[in-house]
Amino acid sequence: MAAKTRGNALVNIKRLLQEHYQIITSNRLSATGLLFIVIFMVVAIFAPWIAPNDPWEMMYDSSGEFASLRSPSWQFPLGTTHLGYDLFSQLILATRTTLLIGSVSGGISILIGANIGLISGYYGGKIDEVLMRFTDILYGMPFLPFIIVLISLFGRRLEFIILAIVLIIWRTSARVIRAQTISIKQRQFIAAAKARGCSDFRIIYRHILPNVLPLLLLYAAFNIAWSVITEASASFLGFGDGETISWGGMLYELWLSGKTRVAWWWFAAPSICIVLLVTSLVFVSRAYEEVANPRLRKR
Amino acid sequence: MSRNRVLRVKNLSVRYQTQKGPVHAVNDVTFDVFENEVFGIAGESGCGKSTLIRSLMRLLPDSALVTASEITLSGQNLQSMPDKNFREEILWSKMSLVPQSAMNSLNPVYRVGHQVVEAIQAHRAISKAAARNRVAELFDVVGLQADLMDNYPHEFSGGMRQRAMIAMSLALDPGLIVMDEPTTGLDVLVQERILRRIREIRSQISSSIILITHDIAVIAEMSDRIGVMYGGSLMEQAPAIDLFESPCHPYTLGLKNAFPSIRNKGQELISIPGSPPTLIGESSECSFLERCPFKAEECSKEFPAIEKLAEFHEVRCFRHKEAPKLRELASNKATWLSSN
Repeated sequence: MAAKTRGNALVNIKRLLQEHYQIITSNRLSATGLLFIVIFMVVAIFAPWIAPNDPWEMMYDSSGEFASLRSPSWQFPLGTTHLGYDLFSQLILATRTTLLIGSVSGGISILIGANIGLISGYYGGKIDEVLMRFTDILYGMPFLPFIIVLISLFGRRLEFIILAIVLIIWRTSARVIRAQTISIKQRQFIAAAKARGCSDFRIIYRHILPNVLPLLLLYAAFNIAWSVITEASASFLGFGDGETISWGGMLYELWLSGKTRVAWWWFAAPSICIVLLVTSLVFVSRAYEEVANPRLRKR
Repeated sequence: MSRNRVLRVKNLSVRYQTQKGPVHAVNDVTFDVFENEVFGIAGESGCGKSTLIRSLMRLLPDSALVTASEITLSGQNLQSMPDKNFREEILWSKMSLVPQSAMNSLNPVYRVGHQVVEAIQAHRAISKAAARNRVAELFDVVGLQADLMDNYPHEFSGGMRQRAMIAMSLALDPGLIVMDEPTTGLDVLVQERILRRIREIRSQISSSIILITHDIAVIAEMSDRIGVMYGGSLMEQAPAIDLFESPCHPYTLGLKNAFPSIRNKGQELISIPGSPPTLIGESSECSFLERCPFKAEECSKEFPAIEKLAEFHEVRCFRHKEAPKLRELASNKATWLSSN
């Protein structure tokens, strides 16, 4: 019996994945987006094995000369920095950090946003008032000063950067999901569920949540994209983690070196990666947007 | 009569506090439902039918103030019961609902069978397989193929969804099933099929049914006893035959006129002029006063109390003793026109 239920659960998960795969691949743009995200994920997972060199090692070329500020070549596919670091290796290891920050802060922020939105929208009244005014206060918070204060208080650590991003970006998803919850809780089937004796908890998480899910996934993708951009700008301003390297951090190093006008390859690689990842995420979320709003669908 | 009483409702009122003043959505309603009977509640839109049953099932918003001197279900006092117990022990297992516009009452993201299983498992500790067997059984009772339970609601037609909701209401053998406008929004053929189905089900189960509708034809066909609601009050209640053979309240007389009769072909229908009362504010007059062709002086001074004419025949009208005369006058169109 137990084995059978577990088997069923696997079948259900498979069916769910297939469903989502179909949603994403039904649209050429989002299929391309998915492809890039998968590539980035593979790179992030296997980063230490893919990277040919230590990102903090000064490189010498085959003739034994110090490889400072080399443009892309066979030996250094993305060129080197003024200190002779291999940019290709840096980029690959930075992918790991960036994706980690993106998925963790994107995930946590959608978790907070969804719950606050659902509870606020479902209960309404005083609970709604308190939660939404709190959200309003966060709306008034400018991001960069906020992160500067937080980092200078606690230090340049990855955890605090994630915390700062999470604290800021959940607000939009909370508001949107609250609005959707309010519209769904007035539908007839919610009243029917109440008449069946369902508890509030069950109504929120079993009956309303699945109905806001497409919107929720859309905002999850947005949140990840925003986290990546936000981390990049924070790193660029020098508020990144000094220990790990990220795409934004690479740009910050370039800025510090003062070689911006000379080393075009140095800013090309991380910038293109940021643009690619964020665009891919937006394209994938676009497929979910079509599910949430069928009017966007091409007939 | 020694029939067992399933539901007893005594002096139930529902009031909303609004900016324009209190709204008396339901006003001093008293009725009983006995074992294995269909009690019909008829009345026009906005007369408080749905509010009445929603108050019984505690589905009204918090702003509604419900008062009653007695609400008992199978001898159990429902008023003193905390919400949590009410939800777990009474709702669905002892009193279930086929909601108004049952067509939209299925969650679009879940398979139909799953939703019935959920309802069963929420109240009974049985395995999913056993619950699914029960669903198959129920689908058979309402005339749906058992393999349809793995379909989504959008794959069902309106009549099928309605039958699925009826199946769901039967799931736990509740003593009382409330059907709120079970045939509204369906075409006449489907309506007829649903009604036939409900009649068949009645012969198979022992549940009592409260049938709420604005359709006099439906209620006449289905009910053992009928209550007629107007402006939040039960104006008249009587066994079905008595209500149509010897109606006593002017509103019932008017309602009867407004529906075509098979026997008197070609007869012109007479409608009741005017519109339903707003129910806002305190008032001491009869709520039907404005539209009543038989109003007397006392009607504007006081709301008539319930008068018992026979064991199960009750009416709220000062002139109920003149009923035979009123019946004759009411069949004349001029009577109704002259009142306004």
